[in-house]
Amino acid sequence: MSKNSKQLITHNSQLLSHSKAAEIFNKDFDRTTWHDETLYFVRQKRDKAAFQINDWELLRETASQIKNNVLSNMHDYLLQFEENALKNGIKTHWAKDAQEHNEIVFGIISDYYGGNIPKDTFKGMVKSKSMLTEECHMNEFLAEKGIEVIDTDLGERIVQLAEEPPSHIVMPCIHWKKEEIGELFHKHLGTEKGNKDPQYLTEAARQHLRDKFLTRPIALTGVNFAVAETGEFVVCTNEGNADMGAHLADVHIASMGFEKIIPQKKHLGVFLRLLARSATGQPITTYSSHFKKPRDGQQMHIVIVDNGRSTQLGREDFRNSLKCIRCAACFNTCPVYRRSGGHSYHSAVAGPIGSILAPNLDMRANADLPFASTLCGSCSNVCPVKIDIHQQLYKWRQVLVQEGYTPTSKTLAMKGMSTVLSNPGIFKFSGKVGRMLMDKLPFLVNNSLNPWYKQREMPEPPEESFRDWYKKNRKNKKYI
Amino acid sequence: MSSRDNILSKIKQNQPELLPLPDLSVLGTEQYDLVQKFTEILEGIGGTVLQVSDFEEIKKFIVSNYPINARVISTLPEFSENKDWQIADPHTLKDADFLIIKGQFAVAENGAIWLTETEMGQRVAPFITQYLAIIIEKSAILPTMHQAYEQMGSAEYGFGVFLAGPSKTADIEQSLVLGAHGARGLVVFLV
Repeated sequence: MSKNSKQLITHNSQLLSHSKAAEIFNKDFDRTTWHDETLYFVRQKRDKAAFQINDWELLRETASQIKNNVLSNMHDYLLQFEENALKNGIKTHWAKDAQEHNEIVFGIISDYYGGNIPKDTFKGMVKSKSMLTEECHMNEFLAEKGIEVIDTDLGERIVQLAEEPPSHIVMPCIHWKKEEIGELFHKHLGTEKGNKDPQYLTEAARQHLRDKFLTRPIALTGVNFAVAETGEFVVCTNEGNADMGAHLADVHIASMGFEKIIPQKKHLGVFLRLLARSATGQPITTYSSHFKKPRDGQQMHIVIVDNGRSTQLGREDFRNSLKCIRCAACFNTCPVYRRSGGHSYHSAVAGPIGSILAPNLDMRANADLPFASTLCGSCSNVCPVKIDIHQQLYKWRQVLVQEGYTPTSKTLAMKGMSTVLSNPGIFKFSGKVGRMLMDKLPFLVNNSLNPWYKQREMPEPPEESFRDWYKKNRKNKKYI
Repeated sequence: MSSRDNILSKIKQNQPELLPLPDLSVLGTEQYDLVQKFTEILEGIGGTVLQVSDFEEIKKFIVSNYPINARVISTLPEFSENKDWQIADPHTLKDADFLIIKGQFAVAENGAIWLTETEMGQRVAPFITQYLAIIIEKSAILPTMHQAYEQMGSAEYGFGVFLAGPSKTADIEQSLVLGAHGARGLVVFLV
């Protein structure tokens, strides 16, 4: 594993800007290409799966309209969900921010033990994938209180053992090579040195985590969809880790951002057809688990989290980002994500969607992310709920510049450019100087101080400007 | 004001004007040979599909494919009279080798089978067992998820799952491995 990722142990603590982190990632050219190709392979699997459905575009449009309705009726749907969940015997909690979410979770654990949490290792929690708990830094919070959280998704367990955050929301360790995982498991799980066989390593993780499922009394899962009409919630996994945790534990806690709500059960049909096909090209995840009531003797809690979402709902230009169903299709297709890696985004949700969600949480810390895009629009084209991702990236740039969150170098360059472009005399003069420099003294332009020269060759300067050519030919009346 | 009321009032203030819900009745028009499509998709995601004529054939399959000392549990009296496991502590199912149950219905487009806790015997059973077998009537295969939710209607359950294939992961360099945390194998008997 690259040494640099060690610096990025927690998300949202920006140590390096996206472009700096991406530059480090790109130092290993072969590895970057491998990362790029692996993700593009997943993108191609998505295409293959999508093309098998005649009504794919109609499905996307329908999903988009359902989510538009959800955004417009969020208040009532949440009340309806709460009422039905309570009827089903699920306890609901509301958290305004990350801190409150973590305190609620700790409170549930503490209550379970009657306020007296034992000091042995079995008090811990098994957790299946929940990007929300990453966003809230819940693991670190609970660790400080002496509660160990075991991530049970294989990819998440790998990055957890390596003390790293996930680099992708669906494939958390997509940046790891099997040799490195073999080494990591040798160190932590006692597997044979040098064995890198995925079958062997997965079996070792299965045995290691089965022991945790059987001994931990608290399970936490994320939520893919929460149905207002019935008060149930749906969790999708391929590994079965959410179910192994939840059905064995005495307490099941589910954490959800409030935007996960959908109106009726029949709408699940639309989203479950889109989710896995968009994510990995599978027709559906192995398990789509519908939790409606706790089993006898079990406690079931749901924590509904705001953490900036209600603010985003009020931003007309950006509220559509709340339609996201976390499939990561936009990651896999993004040329910038593929060649910069998830950790470069220093945010729990990376990639194009993360780059429009993160500035809402903290504009200053995430001002670099909307610039981590070529605005090619591929993200919007694959999004199963038709979020206008690249347009929002473009709009965030404007907001960030207006609010003064862009780096001075960029602001100065833009101001300089504006002076040149709005003044024909200066424009003519600088064009001449530029052509002369690129021709006679190319090292002044083609050097490492010019960011445009990184991974690029500068073009050959033209012999004359369009203005000179036009003047000459207009005189000759050749083309007029 | 509590966090709940604060969040809800901010949402009410910030949510856009009401937009209508779309019509779902135009979806799910795909026409499939249901048995063939279901079989092709489920085998593509690691399941085994066998067409059988009666329970005797299923019994023969189990006897010839699983060791005699395997712990077999079932909700179906044809396979096991023992029902104690259904009310036991779920942790005691950790050594279950083989679970055989009946599915309510299946979906051709994605190979998923709908099970509720009534069919499972115990919620954890189809996940914790090493191998899983599910019996489905051929006439209970529906084309898409839209028909599946229609079929379900407002039927009550505490827990239900669409299960499609054995447990799997591709977290190690995108290499597909069957048997992550749930059942290592799934065989579906179509009757």
